[in-house]
Amino acid sequence: MSARRLDKGGRIDRSKPLTFRWDGKALQGYAGDTLASALMANGQRVLGRSFKYHRPRGIMSAGVEESGAIVTVGSSARAEPNVKATMQELFQGLEASGQNAWPNVRFDAGAVSGLFGRFFSAGFYYKTFMGLPPFEWGRGTGLWMKYEALIRKAAGMGAASREADPDCYDHAHAYCDVLVVGAGPAGLRAALTAAEAGRDVILAEQDFELGGDLLNDPFAEPKRLALIKAVEEAGVRVMPRTTVFGLYDNGTAGLVERVTDHLPEPGPFMPRQRFWTVRADATVLATGALERSVAFAGNDRPGVMTAAAGRAYLNRFGVLPGQRIVIATTNDSAYQTAGEMAAAGAEVVLADARERSGNDVASGGRLQNGLAPLEAKGRSGIKSVQFARNTGSGWQAAGREDCDLLLVSGGWSPVVNLASHRGVKPEWNAELACFLAGECAEPVYTAGAAAGVWDAAACEASGEAAAKRAMGFEAMQPAPGGWTSPIEPRYEVRLPGSKAKGFVDPQHDVTGDDVRLAHQEGFVSVEHLKRYTTLGMATDQGKMGNIVGLALMAEALGKEIPAVGTTRFRPPYTPVAIGALAGRNVHGHFKALRRTPLHDWNLRHGATMTDAGLWHRPWYFAENGETIAEAYVREAATVRETLGVCDVSSLGKIAVQGPDAAEFLNRVYTNGFAKLAVGKARYGIMLRDDGMVMDDGTTWRLAEDDFLMTTTTTGAGKVMVWLEELLQTRWPQLRVHLTSVSDQWAGVSVAGPKSREALSACLADPDAVSHEALPFMGVVRVKLKNGIQGLAARISFSGELAYELYVPADDGEAMMDLLWAETKHLGGCLYGLEALGTLRIEKGHVTGAELDGRVTIRDAGLGKMASAKKPYIGKALQDRPELLRKDRPQLAGIFPKDRSKTFNGGALLCQPEEGEGFGEGWVTAVTHSPALGHWIGLGYVAGGHEAWAGRTLMASDPVRGAPVEVEVVSPHMFDPEGGRMHG
Amino acid sequence: MIRISCPFCGPRDHAEFSYGGDGSIEYPALDAPVQDWHDAVFLRENICGLQLETWQHVHGCRMWLKVERDTMTQEIRSVTPAHPGLASVLESQA
Ligand SMILES: [Zn+2]
Repeated sequence: MSARRLDKGGRIDRSKPLTFRWDGKALQGYAGDTLASALMANGQRVLGRSFKYHRPRGIMSAGVEESGAIVTVGSSARAEPNVKATMQELFQGLEASGQNAWPNVRFDAGAVSGLFGRFFSAGFYYKTFMGLPPFEWGRGTGLWMKYEALIRKAAGMGAASREADPDCYDHAHAYCDVLVVGAGPAGLRAALTAAEAGRDVILAEQDFELGGDLLNDPFAEPKRLALIKAVEEAGVRVMPRTTVFGLYDNGTAGLVERVTDHLPEPGPFMPRQRFWTVRADATVLATGALERSVAFAGNDRPGVMTAAAGRAYLNRFGVLPGQRIVIATTNDSAYQTAGEMAAAGAEVVLADARERSGNDVASGGRLQNGLAPLEAKGRSGIKSVQFARNTGSGWQAAGREDCDLLLVSGGWSPVVNLASHRGVKPEWNAELACFLAGECAEPVYTAGAAAGVWDAAACEASGEAAAKRAMGFEAMQPAPGGWTSPIEPRYEVRLPGSKAKGFVDPQHDVTGDDVRLAHQEGFVSVEHLKRYTTLGMATDQGKMGNIVGLALMAEALGKEIPAVGTTRFRPPYTPVAIGALAGRNVHGHFKALRRTPLHDWNLRHGATMTDAGLWHRPWYFAENGETIAEAYVREAATVRETLGVCDVSSLGKIAVQGPDAAEFLNRVYTNGFAKLAVGKARYGIMLRDDGMVMDDGTTWRLAEDDFLMTTTTTGAGKVMVWLEELLQTRWPQLRVHLTSVSDQWAGVSVAGPKSREALSACLADPDAVSHEALPFMGVVRVKLKNGIQGLAARISFSGELAYELYVPADDGEAMMDLLWAETKHLGGCLYGLEALGTLRIEKGHVTGAELDGRVTIRDAGLGKMASAKKPYIGKALQDRPELLRKDRPQLAGIFPKDRSKTFNGGALLCQPEEGEGFGEGWVTAVTHSPALGHWIGLGYVAGGHEAWAGRTLMASDPVRGAPVEVEVVSPHMFDPEGGRMHG
Repeated sequence: MIRISCPFCGPRDHAEFSYGGDGSIEYPALDAPVQDWHDAVFLRENICGLQLETWQHVHGCRMWLKVERDTMTQEIRSVTPAHPGLASVLESQA
């Protein structure tokens, strides 16, 4: 066991021990630990198995870029896979386990040498399955699915829980003048500068402690505390454990705050996470820089990590990560680490790939110039490092050093991801060997190490300058850099012809050879390289390996890195739980729910409800244990025999008022409305500009300048928007006011031969609805016996003598009590949507199923409603030649030839021998008609029903069953003369 | 997520608005020839840059707005009421 917890030092609280479980074994850490530091302190080296090759993996970093210690945290419903142990705060009782291995990460059956290796070179998916479905179209996908499942099992990440997520998540919103991302020296100083100037500042930090790299410097604590105190006193809103995962347009940022992920027992009603949408006038990105590795053989072995990670474990977590430590660097940044490791008691060799550097190693560490790591040797942990020396014409093996830890610094990559979200192209800085964010056209400013500033004091100056710029002042940013001697970047160290695996993207097991193979196979664009090799497509999005991969690609192409370019980063910066995105919009809250004023009344009277758009509407009212089929047939038959009452409150209702209201309606509807008399209703159809039917409904003229328009339930919102658009953008001179009054009224349809009798019995003046007082399509104001005022119109959707009665929403239940008593007395029933459908299908009346946006007024059989005498919206374009073709599908009724049979809505209507193609039409609705005594349907058929008189079609629905022979009839299947509704 | 500054309500998230269409279209008279209607309804530029659009503040004041938006950068250059009468009232107050 090489790593050990030190007796003192670090930020952990040794007075607060915490017990946690790793793969079932109880271990101990301290408050202030991450899961990774606690595991390291307990000598756990192999924490995961790699994606494709099942290679043992350990801790590689101390942050978000982690590619080795990827574990599952929690159990059963709360099991969360692919958690970076380096980011998981330790808490009492935490349970974690290794993943992607069986039976466990130390003995993994999948790791049998070479078992998977040859399958998994670059592009293996594409190559292995060429000639197999789905690449060979049309041969089914069964075989592919079988392979896919096997590969997913062998090469995969942890498994998500199959149980429902027991936690809740919140959505929250915030506004600020300046959003500062990252609370290192640059971020703290930026937040302080802006807040002291009176700005409203939010400071978001993904870590559970503020300070950034100050946390890793034991001598920086007074500075850190002073900065934090000042920031808090200046009124900055500080959000620890909060990741800014995306920057969006116009200053919008997406944040995830981990509220209870670090608590053993989340408090009641506490969300697990909060998804914040922050709108900021300006944003400062103080996101720091990530140290990158170098590709060499065994660079993924447990015991190989970044130099900065080693420093964090030593100084922040009080863990000396090794006893014999080799540090391999290309730049100055590792020297301090080397000295600190030596001072902590480790035997340290610093191998600087540069032949000369102006530095020394403090505290007795040995410096060796000109050496770079060629191979990390060992099995489940590193035992020694083989070095190589660059001869100028290539690498040559050069000595070997025993060790139990290899710290690598291949250089630093500023975190430019968020700037890249805004479309800022990263620019290669050859001197610092890294990409820096260019200037952003929006008020987004980069500061500190994220801007390539390496020195802590200069980072503060950089943060101050960025804050000033964010406030609209001019300020000079300190120049990037800060090292004494320049970096000599190394991206890969290998002997010519070597087959050893040097990993570029350890999380996706992409090697240097994979990059070269992709190049050999003709992939020259970096975007193609990424997709073919999957480089940078793991959960870390290439935080560790992207630059190395680009460098190798550039070398293969014989180009410089800037000529190869880089891929664009996209949100999220780190993975975001789907639950956080969903927030409270789950289960019953997944979508809005609308209830009519008669909802409770309907339920009390036995309604079974169904969804109609956002509405809950009565579907049927079963009596004595009826099935739905029995109930709706009885209800429809009762309406035709006596009467029925149906809640139609969900119909859209728009008050169209003003001196020009009649003229407005006359332009919107295809039929004339200018001369509609007061006290009359008219059925109208409105078209879109392109001549297709948009919606239909009746409009009632209540006064000279006062109309009540009704729309379909689902069309209500769309029609309102459309009418507002017309009035505000096209016809501003029309004096018309629109008000949506859908929710103001409770409405019922009273339909059937005895409907007048029932309605009349409810009224203070029973003669108010006599045939003379209220003829067909008449509208009257009525007063109910109990004093309720309302509107009654004699209109019929069912084809029977029928009325619609509207009263104020709050009077709905009282109206129903009255009406239902009379209805029951006359032998009537309540009916729901299913029976409503039956009645309208029998009559050939269209609804949304028929008016699907593809039909003209003629297609729907309503051509006679298109006025020839006046222009209206859609008139010009409904006469396009294609829309005038005689063989266009037109509304028709459909009967099964064998009247005992049924057929399906959605079926295609095909010629008897037609095996494929689009058919001659389709079925929109099917019902069992009690009036006709058999199943009937509506649909569209080429040329209309006359074209198919006496011929047979097949209602074909191969997914659900055998085709059914049908004949095509007039859509007006019941009472075509309409005598019943005029009666 | 873009932010639109409604002249009546102030800056709001675009989730409160619904997109209308090309704001530069002059719709012909209802009795204009079919070709005019065809051009107005179907012919659209595919602009990379500043584009005039209509939006409705549908979850706010319900006003239709003319928005100058850069399709490349999402920058919003101007927002005015689509109703010319309201636009001129706001302008005279400015
Ligand atoms: Zn508004």
